[in-house]
Amino acid sequence: MIRVDEKGFYGRFGGAYIPEMLHPNVEELKENYEAIIATPEFQQEFRMLLRDYVGRPTPLYLAQRLSEKYGAKIYLKREDLCHTGAHKVNNTIGQIILAKKLGKKRVIAETGAGQHGVATATVCALMGMDCTVYMGELDIERQRPNVERMKILGAKVVAATSGSKTLKDATNEAMRQWINNPVDTHYIIGSVVGPHPYPEMVARFQSVISEEMKWQLKEKEGRENPDLVIACVGGGSNAAGAFYHYYNTPEVRLVAAEAAGLGISSGKSAATTVLGTPGILHGSKTILMQTEDGQVVEPHSISAGLDYPGIGPVHAHLFDIGRAEFVAVEDEDAMKAGIELSRLEGIIPAIESAHAIHALNMIEYQKDDVIVINLSGRGDKDLETYIKWGGY
Amino acid sequence: MNRIHYLFNNKQERVLSIYFTAGFPHLEDTIPVMEAIQAGGADIIEIGVPYSDPIADGPTIQDSNKIALENGMSMKKLFEQLRGFRAKINLPVVLMGYLNPIIQFGMEEFCKKCKEVGIDGLIVPDLPMQQYLDEYKSLFEEYGLVNTFLISPQTSEKRIREIDENTDGFIYMVSSHSITGAKSGISAEQIAYFKRVQEMNLKNPRLIGFGISDSETFTTASKYSNGAIIGSAFIKKIKDSKNQSQDIKDYIQAVIN
Repeated sequence: MIRVDEKGFYGRFGGAYIPEMLHPNVEELKENYEAIIATPEFQQEFRMLLRDYVGRPTPLYLAQRLSEKYGAKIYLKREDLCHTGAHKVNNTIGQIILAKKLGKKRVIAETGAGQHGVATATVCALMGMDCTVYMGELDIERQRPNVERMKILGAKVVAATSGSKTLKDATNEAMRQWINNPVDTHYIIGSVVGPHPYPEMVARFQSVISEEMKWQLKEKEGRENPDLVIACVGGGSNAAGAFYHYYNTPEVRLVAAEAAGLGISSGKSAATTVLGTPGILHGSKTILMQTEDGQVVEPHSISAGLDYPGIGPVHAHLFDIGRAEFVAVEDEDAMKAGIELSRLEGIIPAIESAHAIHALNMIEYQKDDVIVINLSGRGDKDLETYIKWGGY
Repeated sequence: MNRIHYLFNNKQERVLSIYFTAGFPHLEDTIPVMEAIQAGGADIIEIGVPYSDPIADGPTIQDSNKIALENGMSMKKLFEQLRGFRAKINLPVVLMGYLNPIIQFGMEEFCKKCKEVGIDGLIVPDLPMQQYLDEYKSLFEEYGLVNTFLISPQTSEKRIREIDENTDGFIYMVSSHSITGAKSGISAEQIAYFKRVQEMNLKNPRLIGFGISDSETFTTASKYSNGAIIGSAFIKKIKDSKNQSQDIKDYIQAVIN
């Protein structure tokens, strides 16, 4: 069985490797979250907001022209249609209700491209909570529109100026600020990373994706299980959500598309399972890109959401035991896949999600296979990158 | 006898521990800085092993870590530099390092090297107590290394007791809700916390760190504990020092007296 154990491990990955100063915060969360989210009050509010505010269930759309081109029956799970433009909001809705029940007054979050930051700022506005988002100084320059979105929503955006000034440093900074404000503050982590219980908690909030996939497939195909599920993986929250209810259904192939950046051996890549080794990143044991000396290596991907030097511990485990197949998609191929989907289906995908589309070219499948691709986000935020790339 | 035990057997008041980052500000500064700390009259030397992602540290120590790594400092290099240091230094020496570089080096190999060069204790801020007990305690003991845990104002009495039970060196009391170098001065709220822990009559000595920078804060902290640890303020002192050895001695003298 693939599931988290009592100490927060998936196989040999996971755990909570955190400074003692964070222990009370993490312990409080660990001790309370399962009981809180099991209450009817929580479930009712969570489900209501997912339906009426986020717009769930998101459609499961049979992509006819894409299917014809690739010779399989390809469905797109339309997370791009969620409020705020990506799956990220499923998690922030769950965590903001949890934060309220824990009696927290403030929320902090990290963000890379700004999608999780916007999703956090959104739910904080909705609940009237004070919100501070940490974002790498470099990302603030690269993702100006999302910075302004967060500000319009009333959040404070603080630059992380250490290290590479990107997502990993924003995460470090958010953890430091949590140490500095342990009592009244909840930290909304945006992916299935960080110390236990975050990876499992975030996966559970995102698991609504595969929960819906099951009944939607049942309606459309007469069976709950597709032959393949494909999702992109940075930290891996959309993949965890899309895989969750299929972890222990081995006849469903799980395919994770990582970002190869400029190429595996270019020195500018984020293909963690290819280039990484076991170690500790942001409080959990996982696979990460690091030097021989254990220093964390700067990743690269054209998509800011995949520009992360590790993967969540559950994905490290799925990789370790061979449950999921990992492919590494280069920047150029992802951009072309983004254009392809735009032209074939009239859907401009987030560049993250375009990696999952390109994975169709890298795996074997049968002609009548039913494939679900988790279209995690829409491309509006990436217009600048599409324009700069220009190959359309 | 472990030098940390020896120290606390002989001195229970105003114990001063100085933290610095290995390889900062220059790669070969490690040993000269240690010699100057000893000459200045401190009691414990805490050597920071630089790491790319030090999540418990504020801007000053983040910066010293970054510079040390750019200078070419690594675990391997540090052990090379430390070879033979016991000919010059007799103070207890503690290595402070984040877990990832240590497990990449190999925990057993790391402990063995520590013992070989003459390290007395370890502070691994992101190694939680349970993981230490489950995975590493027997190794630390085999190589005669004293492990130090941190506690903060948020740490429950029950957990402080557990930590006290599982330590036999000293307890590192983080002075406030903070990362290193975040605040200066000591508030009434902090003093209440110091007193609360003092009244618990723990078996281990306690050193207060984070926010200690000068004679005044050192003296206040020492009133409620066995002494204090200075890190960020020391790093700032040596950062642009033109006369490093003398400046270190003068600084430590000023703190102690």
